[in-house]
This record gives sequence, C-alpha cells and structure tokens, in this order.
Amino acid sequence: MSWLKQLFSRRGQYDALSEEIQAHLDEKVEELVAGGMSRADANHAARREFGNPALTEEDGREVWRWASVEDFFADIRHGWRALLHNPVFTVVGLLTIAIGIGANAAVFTVVNSVLLKPLNYPHSEQLVSLHQLAPGAAGLADFENGLLLSASMYFTYAEHNRAFQAMGVWDSGVANVTGLAEPEQVRGVGVSDGLLQALAVPPEVGRWFTAEDQDPHGPERVILSDGYWRRHFGADRSVIGRNLMIDAHSREIVGVMPPGFRVGNEDFDVIAPLAFDRSKLILAGFGLHGIARLKPGVTIAQANADLTRMLPIWMESWSNGPGSDPHWYDRWQITPLLRPLKQEVVGNVSEVLWVVMGTLGLVLLIAGANVTNLLLVRVEARQQELAVRAALGAGWGRIVRGLLVESTMLGLLGGAIGAVLAWAGVRFLVAIGPANLPRLQEISLDSRTLVFTLILSVISGLLFGLIPALKYAGPKMSLELRSAGRNASVSKERHRARNLLVVGQVAMALVLLVSAGLMIRTFHALRTVEPGFTDAAHLQLMRINIPETLITQPEMVTRTQNAILDKLAAIPGVKSAAFVSAMPMEGFESGWDGIYAEDKNYADSESVPMRFFKYGSPGFLQTAGTRMVAGRDISWDDIFAQRPVVMISENLAREMWGEPSAAIGKRVRKYDSQPWHEVIGVVQDVREKGVQEPAPEAVYWPPYAANIFGPSPVSAIRTMTFEIRSDRAGTQALLNEVRLAVWSVNSNLPIASVRTMQDVYEKSLARTSFTLVMLGIAGAMALALGIVGIYGVISYTVAQRQREIGIRLALGAQRGDVLQMILRQGAQMALVGVMIGVACAFALTRLMTNLLFGVTAHDPITYAAVAALLFVVALLACYIPARRAMRVDPIVALRYE
Amino acid sequence: MKNTAQRDLFPGALEMMVLRTLKRQPLHGYALVQHIKRSSNDLLQIEEGSLYPALQRLLKEELVEAKWGISATNRRVRIYKLTAAGAKRLEREVSSFERMLQGITQVLAPEKA
Repeated sequence: MSWLKQLFSRRGQYDALSEEIQAHLDEKVEELVAGGMSRADANHAARREFGNPALTEEDGREVWRWASVEDFFADIRHGWRALLHNPVFTVVGLLTIAIGIGANAAVFTVVNSVLLKPLNYPHSEQLVSLHQLAPGAAGLADFENGLLLSASMYFTYAEHNRAFQAMGVWDSGVANVTGLAEPEQVRGVGVSDGLLQALAVPPEVGRWFTAEDQDPHGPERVILSDGYWRRHFGADRSVIGRNLMIDAHSREIVGVMPPGFRVGNEDFDVIAPLAFDRSKLILAGFGLHGIARLKPGVTIAQANADLTRMLPIWMESWSNGPGSDPHWYDRWQITPLLRPLKQEVVGNVSEVLWVVMGTLGLVLLIAGANVTNLLLVRVEARQQELAVRAALGAGWGRIVRGLLVESTMLGLLGGAIGAVLAWAGVRFLVAIGPANLPRLQEISLDSRTLVFTLILSVISGLLFGLIPALKYAGPKMSLELRSAGRNASVSKERHRARNLLVVGQVAMALVLLVSAGLMIRTFHALRTVEPGFTDAAHLQLMRINIPETLITQPEMVTRTQNAILDKLAAIPGVKSAAFVSAMPMEGFESGWDGIYAEDKNYADSESVPMRFFKYGSPGFLQTAGTRMVAGRDISWDDIFAQRPVVMISENLAREMWGEPSAAIGKRVRKYDSQPWHEVIGVVQDVREKGVQEPAPEAVYWPPYAANIFGPSPVSAIRTMTFEIRSDRAGTQALLNEVRLAVWSVNSNLPIASVRTMQDVYEKSLARTSFTLVMLGIAGAMALALGIVGIYGVISYTVAQRQREIGIRLALGAQRGDVLQMILRQGAQMALVGVMIGVACAFALTRLMTNLLFGVTAHDPITYAAVAALLFVVALLACYIPARRAMRVDPIVALRYE
Repeated sequence: MKNTAQRDLFPGALEMMVLRTLKRQPLHGYALVQHIKRSSNDLLQIEEGSLYPALQRLLKEELVEAKWGISATNRRVRIYKLTAAGAKRLEREVSSFERMLQGITQVLAPEKA
C-alpha cells in the first residue's frame, strides 16, 4: 500500500478503529455482567481496564498521520483564523512590516543591480580599468580619476604587455551628424584597436573594428548603438555599408552593437576608431581611459607589475619633442593601480548605497519592535487560552510553534506586500534617476531580490514572534491558569521585554536622526559655500562645437563664436552672453598644465604644479556672476590683436605673489618658447569640480592665441559652452529664439547640452541630496515608529495599572503625582534609549565620514539637537496616556473586577 | 501518556507478543488481549486500550491484515491475521530478543550466585 493510498483510506481506518474499540468495551461489559456484576459497575470496570478510549483512539489515528507536516498545516489554519479574527491588529502589523521590508527590498534591488551583479560583458570579472596614480602631477591626476593614458602609452602597453588578452583605450565626446534631417549632435565614443575585443560583446549586426580600420589614412568607419540604429534607421539590417556624415566626414557603417552595450558607464550613439597617427605621437596627452582583459590566472598585482615594467620602455620609445627630457615623467611617480572595471563604473556611489541600506535595516528593526510589541499584547490577552491548552496536554513546544507560525505568516504576508511596494519604489527611483546612479538602466527586480525579500520576511516573522513566544509559552505557563483573570496589577518583570524594546527603538531612532541631521548640516554647509557664480537659475547654458571641416581657419572660428554672441545678446530679455571652454561643475575640462612666472627662478626643468586652464570670451566671468578681485577683463581687442594677456584666480595670485593686487602686471608663460603673458586680472576662486572640492588654481587664457604645437601657428578652442544671463532662462520660448539666433550665423551648427546652470549645480549636489532624502525618509519613519512604540507601551501600562492607580488615588495620592509617575516611567525609557543611541551613533556615523562636508561625524550641535528633540517627542507621546491615568476614577477602577 | 505499554514493557514488546499470538491463529482485538493476559498468567499489566495503537502500527507496516468478521458473541469485529512479512518480522524480533535476554541474564547471573 503506498502512502498516498493510506492517506485517502485514513478516514475508513479511523471509523473502523472507533467501532472496534466500542465492540471491545461492549464485549468486556457483557462478560463482566455475565460474571454477576451490575451493568453500571461493569461499565466502570471495563473502562478502567481499557484506559482512556479517546486517547487510545487518538494514538491509533496518530499512526496513520504524516504528523509534523499535518500539525504544521493545522498551525497555519489556526494562525490564519487568528489573523482574520483581529483585523485591526493584522492590518497595522502587516503595514508596518510591509513598509519596513518594502524599503529594504527596494534598496537591496538597487544594491544588487548596481553593486553586486557583474557587468554586462562576458567574463566581466577579467576586465580591469587601467587606473594609475601620479602623485607628482597634482591637479592633472586627482584621486578619483587618476592619471589617464596618453596615446603613446596605449601603444607601449598594447605592444609590450604580458598580462592582457586584449586591451584598448577610449574617450568620449560629441560629434555632429548632418545629412539625415536637422543637424544633430550625437554622443560619440572613440575606441582604439583592442577595446571592443577586450569587452568581447559581439555586435548585433555587422562586425567590430579591425586593426585596418584604425589606419589614420584609410577609409573611415563607424559603429552604431542599438538605440541610434532604431531611431534613425528603423532597425534596418541593410544599413551595413551605407554612409553617415559625421563632422563632415563620410563614414561607412560597419556594425551595430546590441542593446544595453556601453563602454564603461558611457552611453553613446556612435563609435568611431580613434585612428592614431603613430608618427605624430608624443609622450604627453593624458586623456584616454584604458580597459584591459586579464589573461586567465593573472592577478591585478601581477598586471600592475607588468605596467610598472613598461613605463621606462614608454619613456624611452617616445619623446615630447627634440631636446625634451623623456624621463621628466619620473617626477610624476606614475604608479599603476588597476581596478576591476566594475569598481570604476560603480564609482563612489557604493558608499551611499551601503549607508542607505544600513539605515533602512535599522528602520526595519524599529518597525519590528512595534510588531513584537503588538504580538506581546496579543499573547498576553490569550494567556488564559494558552494556559488551558497547556493544561489539556499541548506541549509547550507545540504552542511556541503555533505562535511562531502565526508571526511568520504575518512576516510573509507583509513581505509579499513589501515586494509590491519595492517594485513600485524601484520603478519610481529609476524614473527620477537620482545621484547620477551608475547602471541605472540595469536596475530591476530579479530572482535574487525576491529570494532576499523572502528570507527577510521569514527571518523578520520568526524574530518578531520569538520574544512573545519564549516569554509566554515557557514551561512555567501552567502557573498562569491560576492567576489569569485576576491580574490585579502586573509585575514589573512582565513589562521588561516591552520596555527594552522601546529603549531599543529610541536608541535606533536616535542613530538614524543623527545621520539625517548630519546630512542636513552637510547640505546646508554646501549651500552656503560660494561656488564662484551667482543666480544659477537664470543662467542658460548650451554647447556649440565648430568642427574643422566646417570652418578651417582658427580666427574664423572665434569670429563666428563672436557673431553668435552678438546675435544672442540681441534677443529680448537677454542681459549678457558669453562663452567659455567649460562652466564650473559641467564635467568638461579644458586642460591642466604648469606655468612659469617671469620674476621667479626655476631650476633646470623643474616641475611646477599643475594649474587648471580655461579659455573664455570677454565678459564670461561677469555673465556668470564671478567677481573680479583686481585688474580688468580680457577684451575683444586683446583677443583679435593677439595681445599676450591672461587672468588668474585669486588663490593662484596669493600662492605666487601673496596679494591679488601684486599679481597685476606680472608675466607668466607655459613653456620656454611661448611669449610672456601679462596678468591683467585676478578672479574670484571658482569651485570647478563641485562644491565639495576646493577651488583649483586657475589660469584664464584668451580663446584664440598663438600655439606652437598645433598644425597652424594660431589655434582656437572649437567647443565652447555659451552662457546667457536672462530671466527667461530655461523657457522653451527663449531656447527657440536662441536656436534661430545660432542658425542665422551658421545653419550647420547643432546645439547640445542645453540646460541652466541650476541644473548643473544641482547635479553636482545630487549625491548629497539623494543621501539626504533617503536618510531623511528613514529618520522620519524611525521617529514616527518610535513615537508609536513608546505611546503604545505607556498606554498599555496605564490600562494595566488602572486598578493600582485607583487604589493610589483612593488612598490619597494627588492626580499630579499620578501624572508625574507615568511621565517619569516614559522619561526613564527615553533617557536610557537616548544615551545608548548617542553611544551607537558615535560609533556608527564614522562610517559616513566621506559623505559629510563642513561638519564632523561627531558634531555636538547635531547630537544635542537630536537628543533633545527625541526626548521631548517621547515625553509628549507619554503625556496623552499619562493624562488618561490621571483621570482614572478610583470607584470605577476598584469596582471593575 | 502517549503509549502506556512503553512505560511497563520495552518498546516493541507488545507488538512482538501480538505477532506471536496471531501466528497461532487469527483473532479480533478483544480476544487478542484476553489471550495475551491469560498466557502471561496475568503477570504483565497491559492496559487493554494500548493494544489498538499497536495494532494500527502493525497494520500500517503491513505485518498484519484485518478483515471484518463475526465474533463468538455475535458482534461485528475486525479479525487480524499475520501476513508473510509479519511472520518474517516476528522471527527476526524473537531471535534478537532472545540474544538480548541471554545477554541480560549473563550480566545478572554472577550477582545472584
């Protein structure tokens, strides 16, 4: 007989058993009666001999059961009924858990997609970013980006390495596509040979670039992104072989990359070969990102050693021109420090995410404390029922299991609702795309998130149910049967668990509120920093690139840019217009180099610190609201007469000559053969790299100047950010007029990166504001849950002590004393919680040091304010039940039982 | 409480006696109890009810089978009969029990001497 058949024949077996037992008893009775006993006595004797027939029957039935599983289902049925029976409790508990779990599941989804999931390349763990440090080249190589590669470095590494299967370099920029519809500026990525091979993602259509495509004199080719291909060619596979006009060059389309393919974290429309001309390369020009695929078994340390070995080869194979010292770069102390590509892509967001995850974990614990409290109250109310069950023979293990099953069901149901909340939350998060979150498009709920949510739900359910279960279903439970129903006042001991929970809640809420408070202080400190520009909301920005193929002559480039400015200035409502190579915090850089002062002595080929170089039109500082500290601005006459004039930042003036005014009239130059440039102006410091970063020492050059390195004796900066000061900034009407103005000068010029300075500024604060918002939400939730917790416990205490309070009042206690007594209890818990919380916050907030600005992790003001706030709010939460206690009518309270 | 027989006898003793009794002839529950009591000369204190869970276990393991029949007193009763598997099990149990008994006796013997 199979177990399945047994399962279905069981009911028959049970009936047979009952009948059989009855027959047994009858037979016995009959025998005894036949032996001369009265029927009543015989009945009695038969039962005595037999034992408990009900128990026997149950034991007999037990044999047929799949015991543990069936008990389990019975527990679930009971739990379900209990939850339905008490809808208010269930809804409150479910919502609390759902919000706690939902928030955690949502953040875990982000953490999982951004930090944990491997990048979207085959065997992405082999991919490294060729990160290198150069402590001797301050400014050029900051800690985050390190020193990028030069083209000559790429050739040396690519040809001499022993550690890589493939390697390549890339950079990104914009390109103008013409001939399709309107001229359009597209995002382009330039790649060297080896880059696509290293990333190893096969093209969707067509092919990769080969070494032949990298020939600077060969035919020009291009690969499209999937998105661009769909938008402009309707995903037509026959585009291969057709031509696209990019920056006035006709390029043959050779391939299309699949959807979701990125180079690092860079989204793009088109990829073109970098096509370096080897014969023209020098050592310098550090602007390329390197990516390599390690050979199997090669570690990052070995690859670092390999690069270190190649640096001297690089210096000896190339030069910076006749007479220059190739070992000049020894002073830079270039140190290869390869990083997994994922680390490079993810960047500094991991810290934020872990901090947010940690805080939401605390929120879940606080929520859990409330649920535990609810369960405690409920179990207490069911004391008598449980005691009766225990007296009737239910083992206490069975009762504990029943309670745990109930709380786990609560956890699972809450988790299911939480998963839905998380799903909605993640969609919302992706829609607003905060903090320049990397890999944003990859964020989605997957099986790992669901498993995480499931595990979290089960653990939460078990954890929340454990305290009530252990506390009230312990072996001593039979005692309760006697006292149940006449619990005059409840012993202190019984309140201990609840008080501890409240203390814990207050402590955790304090930690979260302190973190949120520190972020508020950080944000405030950032907002008060003078960034070097004013009224960002009324400053319209856009970038215009004038390719060589459109206008060849450098002077004409600058004259065209000048003409655009004149047209822009004529638009109604425009107060001023100007252009500059890059606005602060925009993410574009126009270069770093050293300068030498005429009145200082330098040792032979001494290395000087790197300065931030910018090129701007007259008035670009005034338009942005940057103050002149001393001297005057560069004028159009200076520019077109090619007068050697320059402006410097205040911090640079102080560093070199002590006083801003002392700098005026001094002369500087970049290299020996450059004419000396007179310093005519000193400019307020500008936070170029974001409000958190100190302002770099900057040099402002005219946009059009002599240049001995370029192909022509003069050069102009071809890509400029135009800035327009107007109250109409950001409006569509203004933008339409701006477009017409630009196209009236040259109709082939596309306009890109259209935004206001406010957008740029806010983007630079995005990481801080994202952290602030998340911690603010967590802090608010913690505060609300903490208040509910402390209010609930005090209310419950008051209800339980009603009789005691009645007796006190009857014996002459003043109502004020009662109020004080209750408040004192709340104050004690709050105070202990606050003290523990301060100690924890002291230890934990150190983890967020890197997110703070202008405030230490142990800022006394924040701590004091939060502690005071929490304490006062806790007292207020106690006040309402305390007033209720005060109004207890002694007669009613005493008569009650 | 779960199984009174286990308090007085060692686990499995009741089942073994049931199997042995049924080997001689098929019996119904009441007759089975009376027979075991009688043949042990009332030395063994068996709660009559404890027989039934034991019978259920044997049924489940298919060591005995049950058929409805009519008792001597004209009642509808279930008559239990040893199966082949039951006979085999009995043999094994008895021999292992005898070995155990022999062991216990040997340990106890010198004390008594």
